[in-house]
Amino acid sequence: MTAVTSRPRTRHPSRSRPGRTPPPRTGGRRRDWTALLYVLPALAFFGVFVLYPLWQSVWLSLWEWNGVTAATWVGARNYVDVLGDPVMRAALRNSLVFIVFYAVLPTAVGLLLAGVMSRIRIHGLTFFRAALFVPQILSGVVVAVAWRYLYGVDGPINGFLDLVGLGFLTRGWLGDFATALPSVGLIGTWVMFGLCMVLLLAGAQRIPTELYEAARIDGAGPIREFFTVTLPGLRRETSFALVLTTTYALRNFDVVWNTTSGGPGNSTVMPSVIIYKAAFNTRDYGTAATVSVLLTVMILAVTALVLFILRDRETGR
Amino acid sequence: MRSRGESVISHLILVLGAAIALYPALSILVLAVSERGGRPSPLGMPRSFTLDNFARAWEGGGFDTALLSSAVVAVSVVVVTVTLSVLTGYALAWLRVPMAGPILGVLLIGLVLPYEGVIVPLHSLVKDLGMINTTAALILPQIGLSVSLGVFWMTTYFRGVPRSLPEAASIDGASRFQTLTKVMLPAALPGVSALALIVFLYAWNDFLLALVLVPDNADVRTAPLALSFFAGNVKGADIGVTAAAAVLVALPLVVVYVVLQRSFISGLLGGAVKE
Repeated sequence: MTAVTSRPRTRHPSRSRPGRTPPPRTGGRRRDWTALLYVLPALAFFGVFVLYPLWQSVWLSLWEWNGVTAATWVGARNYVDVLGDPVMRAALRNSLVFIVFYAVLPTAVGLLLAGVMSRIRIHGLTFFRAALFVPQILSGVVVAVAWRYLYGVDGPINGFLDLVGLGFLTRGWLGDFATALPSVGLIGTWVMFGLCMVLLLAGAQRIPTELYEAARIDGAGPIREFFTVTLPGLRRETSFALVLTTTYALRNFDVVWNTTSGGPGNSTVMPSVIIYKAAFNTRDYGTAATVSVLLTVMILAVTALVLFILRDRETGR
Repeated sequence: MRSRGESVISHLILVLGAAIALYPALSILVLAVSERGGRPSPLGMPRSFTLDNFARAWEGGGFDTALLSSAVVAVSVVVVTVTLSVLTGYALAWLRVPMAGPILGVLLIGLVLPYEGVIVPLHSLVKDLGMINTTAALILPQIGLSVSLGVFWMTTYFRGVPRSLPEAASIDGASRFQTLTKVMLPAALPGVSALALIVFLYAWNDFLLALVLVPDNADVRTAPLALSFFAGNVKGADIGVTAAAAVLVALPLVVVYVVLQRSFISGLLGGAVKE
């Protein structure tokens, strides 16, 4: 049943001591070099298809290259160019807007609901959880097709507006400069809100009831109770939700590409869209690699920032 | 305890949330089964029923080969990734692997790395290996991109297995590998199946890798890629057929999800919510 399709290709320190075969299962404290055999296949795949391309992204970002003719060393100039490029600036601005729609909004909704429902016995939890998770299991392309219909000129959203007498608001939501960005953003909110709700509700149900009772004895109202008990109790879940949703917001490609492709104009352009277009339309590999590196750094930085701000402090609040 | 009113309001909020989560998916399903002349009402209520759209999507969009291709890719990725993750996770949790710390540290990069950030060199690499437009171009990179998740997942899971189990096996004279397959693996089966589901989900739904690595071979096109091309090519054409195509792409996962939603959810939450 082992389906290892490739032999380990990475040079690993274990190879520096060939032919050494220690007895199996010793109780001693020694390191077990043959145990590396269990680890090497996975590391080989990881090295070839993740670490090596990652390194190549950094390396490529220092060159100007169209994939055919000889590459020219340009050092940091790609970074200067990219950061000064109005399209990249639009992408960075859109990324911030997406963080609000994809991450802040769903997490806030989840936290509020967790506050409201923290100690209520929920009936039919299995059903609600399953339904709330449906957006998570659909491919981004399917999500895009569904929302393109909903947002369409003849779609249900315009149909509803007509029905309630707001017909003057109807439009092709994804094709309009004024509404494309928030419209795509709301798709992200839709994808993520259920996950945040389930995650934070489950966390809230684990907060010991004594804490609430103590808060009540101290005379805390519902709002103070939320800020002194619920919110600190959900620190781990909140940081997990924020890391997950922010990462998704920043890297998102499939939903954006299949709804607006970054348009109209550059109104919904994202770093991932720039990477794709630079590499596979205009054959500007240096720029594509540079944006790739910047995107990776952005995601690492945001992850580190969220984990740092919401780290467990002994002192509490 | 809180009042009955608050409980009712909470449940109403949950009903509203579930409705919002389900509405887009259901509206595309309604659209897919609607006749051309009998489109859903403005609020998405059905007015007619037909399966014509599915027949036309199946033929026109090449979804028969696309679904097969997706299945081959996803199953291969799952089998290899889970096998490698089980081996590595077991070793890191229970054997004295040299440099276990640095190994986990390096794999941590894979957990946070957006693969959008390596897609350009990955394309060059696959091209240099002569694999562009082949099934292997989809399978091999996805294994590399999902082993870090798998290794962390299985290491955590194996660490949770009581020490008495492997010790008893070793007293019975089982080898290391036998201990893994006969004792540890059965004990960690829920974790293995959740991992398999989550890797299957990502592999099935992937779009960017397919778009970049198998751009011009209709025979190995995966279902999401076929859907994207189909929806893009027939923008002016019948939206009902596009909707049917979307349902075809989503259906296999939805069926698995309905049956195994518990494992799915624990997988998607990275085990953050323990059942």
